[in-house]
Amino acid sequence: MALVKDNPKVITSSKTSSSMATEKPEPKRPLIRVADFDFYYGEKQALFDINMDMKENEVTAFIGPSGCGKSTLLRCINRMNDLVEVARIGRGKIEVNGADIYDPRVDTIELRKRVGMVFQKSNPFPKSIYENVIYGLRIQGINKKSVLDEAVERCLKGAALWDEVRDRLDTSGLSLSGGQQQRLCIARALAVEPDILLMDEPCSALDPVATAKVEELIHSLKKEYTIVIVTHNMQQAARVSDKTAFFYLGKLIEMAKTDEIFMSPKNEQTEAYISGRFG
Amino acid sequence: MKRYFHEELEDVRSHLMLMGEKAIANVNLAMRALLDSDLATAQQVRAADDRIDEIEKQIDDEVARYIGLRAPVARDLRLLFVAIKASHDLERVGDEATSIAKRTAKILKTGSSTDDLGRLPRMCELAVGMLKDALHCFIDEDSTRAIAISERDEEVDSLNRENFRYFLDMMKKDPKRVDFGTEMVFISKSMERIADHAQNIAEEVYYLLTTHSLKEVIADRKSV
Ligand SMILES: Nc1ncnc2c1ncn2[C@@H]1O[C@H](COP(=O)(O)OP(=O)(O)OP(=O)(O)O)[C@@H](O)[C@H]1O
Ligand SMILES: [Mg+2]
Repeated sequence: MALVKDNPKVITSSKTSSSMATEKPEPKRPLIRVADFDFYYGEKQALFDINMDMKENEVTAFIGPSGCGKSTLLRCINRMNDLVEVARIGRGKIEVNGADIYDPRVDTIELRKRVGMVFQKSNPFPKSIYENVIYGLRIQGINKKSVLDEAVERCLKGAALWDEVRDRLDTSGLSLSGGQQQRLCIARALAVEPDILLMDEPCSALDPVATAKVEELIHSLKKEYTIVIVTHNMQQAARVSDKTAFFYLGKLIEMAKTDEIFMSPKNEQTEAYISGRFG
Repeated sequence: MKRYFHEELEDVRSHLMLMGEKAIANVNLAMRALLDSDLATAQQVRAADDRIDEIEKQIDDEVARYIGLRAPVARDLRLLFVAIKASHDLERVGDEATSIAKRTAKILKTGSSTDDLGRLPRMCELAVGMLKDALHCFIDEDSTRAIAISERDEEVDSLNRENFRYFLDMMKKDPKRVDFGTEMVFISKSMERIADHAQNIAEEVYYLLTTHSLKEVIADRKSV
């Protein structure tokens, strides 16, 4: 599916291209590329010269002290920052699947379909569980019951929630527990079949059991999705991610394989932060 | 709830078992070389020992990774400490087997007869039995077997002392056998150390399963 209506080649779903892959597993390619990226809120620079690649079917964790720009960068990846009036890019670009997402011809609705987002506070709509899941499909004008039924089951299964709610799909999404609501939001994000899932502190309001369920879910979803997760929980970053990126004061200080970051970080600030000796 | 990373503990566990099997096979191989006066067999031991060292390195890496990334506690944490210690003991067992094989090769090259090995075959039988039992304690999570392993260690120690006197005597009586006798004293000492490592592993597994010290439990039993 193209992001730009008049030029189908500008952004296509990585799913279609990867399904054409031959038997030989291709080396993982960067699905998200951030290059020389500066970002401002008004006069205040929030991101400085960010360069990073996030690979297909990998989980990348963003860590760093509060205010270092994790959420800002995450929101830049699906252009959620367009909604902030003072927000602007100073320099550089972000590519998704090889195409510049800030190309003026890009259709942001289409982009946000490719790049789904799950927020810190689960935010189900005051509608039934069923309607919550297919919200994105309704917006696309899909109303065929069989299609919607199939999507509800597939996405609730994908979000590891199906068994808990299959008998009460018409009750309100708000009647679920916090952990279930968070998984409902993940199901809703899955319904539009994105390639990328961005998650901003998805477990910060959850208890350890619900957190473990969401982490299990992230682990199983990475087979099909590319995931970027912001977390303040070092152990969570260590458990769920393949790559970890440490940010400080708007700069990417260090990014590497998660076991390297947690066992032998190269940078002293990274080491101090993950060891709890920061500041 | 079983988490996806718990499988990584199974990897550590199965590598430890594999290493144990390889170490036992190598002790048996070294003994076989001596019993059969077979140089080629003695030479196989060293190559097989490299593989044991590799597995130890692998276990070290897996354990460090798990501790670094998974924040293990309680029994999981004890398992990882035990894996580090027991794999080190197994690596030493492999080294002792290699040392036995090297001394065997030396003996065979001098053309010396290996008909009379004193109490060594019995020691080997006991030591290998102890290693197997220590591994089974681990696999079956059966702490009671660990206690019996300690008793056999005392028997191996006394056989080693017997061997020492026996080969000393042999060398006194027949000076032509001095080279053979000397090597046999060292080989016997290696076998005794193998049993010590089996005993260590039993203690480590006992701690893993019960959180108690096997030494203290045995001392308490004796004082009753
Ligand atoms: N809408 C906005 N308008 C102006 N400044 C903003 C806006 N959003 C964020 N900022 C500023 O940008 C910087 C980075 O904020 P951001 O929310 O990205 O940090 P963060 O790393 O996600 O922090 P936290 O861990 O607390 O969520 C901060 O200095 C913040 O004050
Ligand atoms: Mg944030």
